[in-house]
Amino acid sequence: MNILEEIKKANLVGRGGGCFPTALKWEMVRKAVGNKKCVVCNASEGEPGVKKDGYLLENFGEKVINGMTFAIDFLSVENKCNAEGYIFINHKYYKKFGEKLNKIITSNKKYKINFFVKPNGSGYIGGEETALLNAMEGKRVEPRMRPPFPTTNGLWNLPTLVNNVETFYNVNLVATGEFKNNRFYTISGDCLNGGVYELTDNLTIEKILKVTNNYPKFDFFVQVGGDASGEVLNSKQLNKPASGAGSITIYDTKKYKPEEMFKKWIGFFINESCGQCTPCREGVYRLNEMMSSDSLDWKLTEELLNSLDESSFCGLGSVVSVPIRSYRRNVMTINFI
Amino acid sequence: MKKVKIKIDNKEIACAPNKTIMEVARENGIEIPGLCSHPDFPPKANCRICVVEIKGIKKLMTSCSTEVQDGMEIKTNTERVKRVRNLNIELIFAEHIEKCPDCIWNVNCKLLNLADRYDIKIKRFTDRKDERKIYKFANAVEIDGTQCIDCRNCIEACSVLQNINYLKLKGKGADQEVVPNKKNGDKKIDCIYCGQCAVHCPVGAAQEQSHWEEVEKALYDKSKVVIAQFAPSIRVSIGEEFGLPYGKIATNQVVAGLRRLGFDHVFDVNFGADVTTIIEAKELLERLADADNKNSKVKLPMITSCCPAWVKYVEFYHPELIPNLTTSRSPHIHLGGIIKTYWAEKKKIRKEDIVVVSVMPCTAKKFESAREELKVKNTFPVDHVLTTREFAWMMKRGCVNFAKIKGEQADRPLEEHSGAAAIYGGSGGVMESALRSARFFACMGDRKEENEICKLDLDFKAVRGLKNVKETTVLVAGAKLRIAVVNGIGNIEQVIENLNDYDYIEVMACPGGCIGGGGQPIPTTDEIRKKRIAALYQIDKNKKIREAHRNKGVLEILEWLERQGELEHSVLHTEYKKRI
Repeated sequence: MNILEEIKKANLVGRGGGCFPTALKWEMVRKAVGNKKCVVCNASEGEPGVKKDGYLLENFGEKVINGMTFAIDFLSVENKCNAEGYIFINHKYYKKFGEKLNKIITSNKKYKINFFVKPNGSGYIGGEETALLNAMEGKRVEPRMRPPFPTTNGLWNLPTLVNNVETFYNVNLVATGEFKNNRFYTISGDCLNGGVYELTDNLTIEKILKVTNNYPKFDFFVQVGGDASGEVLNSKQLNKPASGAGSITIYDTKKYKPEEMFKKWIGFFINESCGQCTPCREGVYRLNEMMSSDSLDWKLTEELLNSLDESSFCGLGSVVSVPIRSYRRNVMTINFI
Repeated sequence: MKKVKIKIDNKEIACAPNKTIMEVARENGIEIPGLCSHPDFPPKANCRICVVEIKGIKKLMTSCSTEVQDGMEIKTNTERVKRVRNLNIELIFAEHIEKCPDCIWNVNCKLLNLADRYDIKIKRFTDRKDERKIYKFANAVEIDGTQCIDCRNCIEACSVLQNINYLKLKGKGADQEVVPNKKNGDKKIDCIYCGQCAVHCPVGAAQEQSHWEEVEKALYDKSKVVIAQFAPSIRVSIGEEFGLPYGKIATNQVVAGLRRLGFDHVFDVNFGADVTTIIEAKELLERLADADNKNSKVKLPMITSCCPAWVKYVEFYHPELIPNLTTSRSPHIHLGGIIKTYWAEKKKIRKEDIVVVSVMPCTAKKFESAREELKVKNTFPVDHVLTTREFAWMMKRGCVNFAKIKGEQADRPLEEHSGAAAIYGGSGGVMESALRSARFFACMGDRKEENEICKLDLDFKAVRGLKNVKETTVLVAGAKLRIAVVNGIGNIEQVIENLNDYDYIEVMACPGGCIGGGGQPIPTTDEIRKKRIAALYQIDKNKKIREAHRNKGVLEILEWLERQGELEHSVLHTEYKKRI
């Protein structure tokens, strides 16, 4: 079996939220020059509202680790070296599932897979794929300059494949012929049947809410792809697939005032900004300053968001604008004006 | 190398690949602002004010970190760029508490210039850092958190460049702060006062602890005779502060400028450097002669000690090397001592009435001048140290038009100097000067072979230049002397590890030597370091005498000191102490 071909055929994309074609990433690491290569499973899951990686580790740990071993095998054979595996895992998950996962790992002596527990306080940014490499190297947990990309200069400067938990899970399914174009959706918020659901990846948000018996009877809006960085949609905009990390959070419109929503989002980002670049460090600081006072200047807010969007160092800075802008556009214009 | 063709603001440009957009733009007269980038470090791209639009790329790109590619079409000043760039500048501005009235950047402030050029609103955001601390390191350097714009150049200078790692970042996000790092694991860390943080800081948050106000006070004090003495390296760098080209030799303008500021006398530290060379060359020969003597207490290799940051490094990190340091004082301390003894006696002035101010390329010299053990008859040889930047600021403040000033000669009788003194300011210069004299002293005997050596070329080219560590062997007194020149403290450990491979080592803490010192004009880059060094060798080349031991004035004073008993040792030599 040629695993790369299979992945290509299955059209696997990264399930961390970036949706980067998995085969392309594997190919890049394979082609990168280096005597030693690394495989990192990103199990940091720092985005609030997304819980599917934890769910997979709890219920399908073996399949996730098998997925990693396919990657390790692939890179070891292709490059005539022993590729090393790491699971970069948040503290909560490690405490809950570490022991169980460790048993799976140690039962197969062929592969060397180590745990690396995400440092305390490294939160959201610690899940960014270059920041997690820094964390593993004991450096300040901040995104790195790109290029070079982790595929050529990753952990300890070695070519490194970083994939999300769900991606490795899917790799395993592809390898065993079980892949059915499903993905895992986290549903939470003002709903009766919150949880993680496995459904086909082309369902619309509306459909997902309906088949899981979560479609509200009240006025609502949703945030899709993460409670921090996800896009906010009103109930008439649900005829499209759930993007990013595949989470849907339901909000009862009458329960949330706009100021509270803004404060919640900015309050999150001000704690999570690494401080490396001006638009994120200073921009979010000023947004927070404004949100905390009574004088919210929308023109200035828009300027700050634009700067974040256009000139942040990393992707996490660029998405600060997403919830706020989409909420204003899709919810406020309808319900609050 | 094949050139790439790009367009910047519709201008067609052919340029070498592997260059950044910012580099190519600046080479072609297109100014892109930037605060965090410095050629000494890999790009960090954190200030985000150098953003440009590139056709076909969705996001704006930072020009400091993006390399040119064939066919690239770049726009540096579109409405989209302006909108982001100007806001980012404004945000940075609000991090920096303006302390303009007594800031030496006042007339040349990067932030104010940017605000001016791009018409930045500077009052929309309130200052957010007024509660931040000011960290002071001895009397030499300080990091003022209220002015910091988080570019991290100081940390890079302290770690990547100098490998001291004394500065670190504490906290994250908007709370992050540059703080001193007194311990790294079990290893104690201390600042060596080199000031590389200061010379790499774009906004004066890391800077020298200023002493120009004290100097101004002394200048107003009619009861004092206030003397300025200026270092070998500042004459080739000060012009930059006034728009003169890099590497412009401005010796006599420096003298004139100092006199305009009101100094009663102006002396050239090059005279002191000739003293240092002679003392050091003699000590080297003594150590070499003594090396075979098993009971000898002196150690080889002998290591230079004119660089006070290096001395602090030894005292803190490698006290076991203290016996290897030459006991010779440094040039401005030599000259200060001579001014307050020999010259004071000649002029019949009480040493207590003399104030000696050294104008130095260096922040660590501030620390050195306050070392108790340097006192001569209970008086410090040097009372105040100003950096090149502080001197420039005093002239700007005093409306001295340095660029147009007519040159003047330094005061007699301490104005004469050799070419060997001139090159003290560049890495390898102290070594070369000492070798010129050591070789001469060694062959003053009558053996023919050695007389032949004396006719050799005076240029020791192997010790020159910006290479990290320069090694060679030189024939002195028929013996092969194994030497090393360490250009920048970041390169020292590899040499210390192989200490026994050498007989004589020069160490300068700052890259390039004093011309790249922590008190020098900003920017200081390799390109600029090279030009400043070239100017020093130019001075050397044009000097009638190029060896310290041919400086008659120095020889006369050394003879005078010889007749003064204990004073001689007190003026010429010093000692060191463990500081950990």
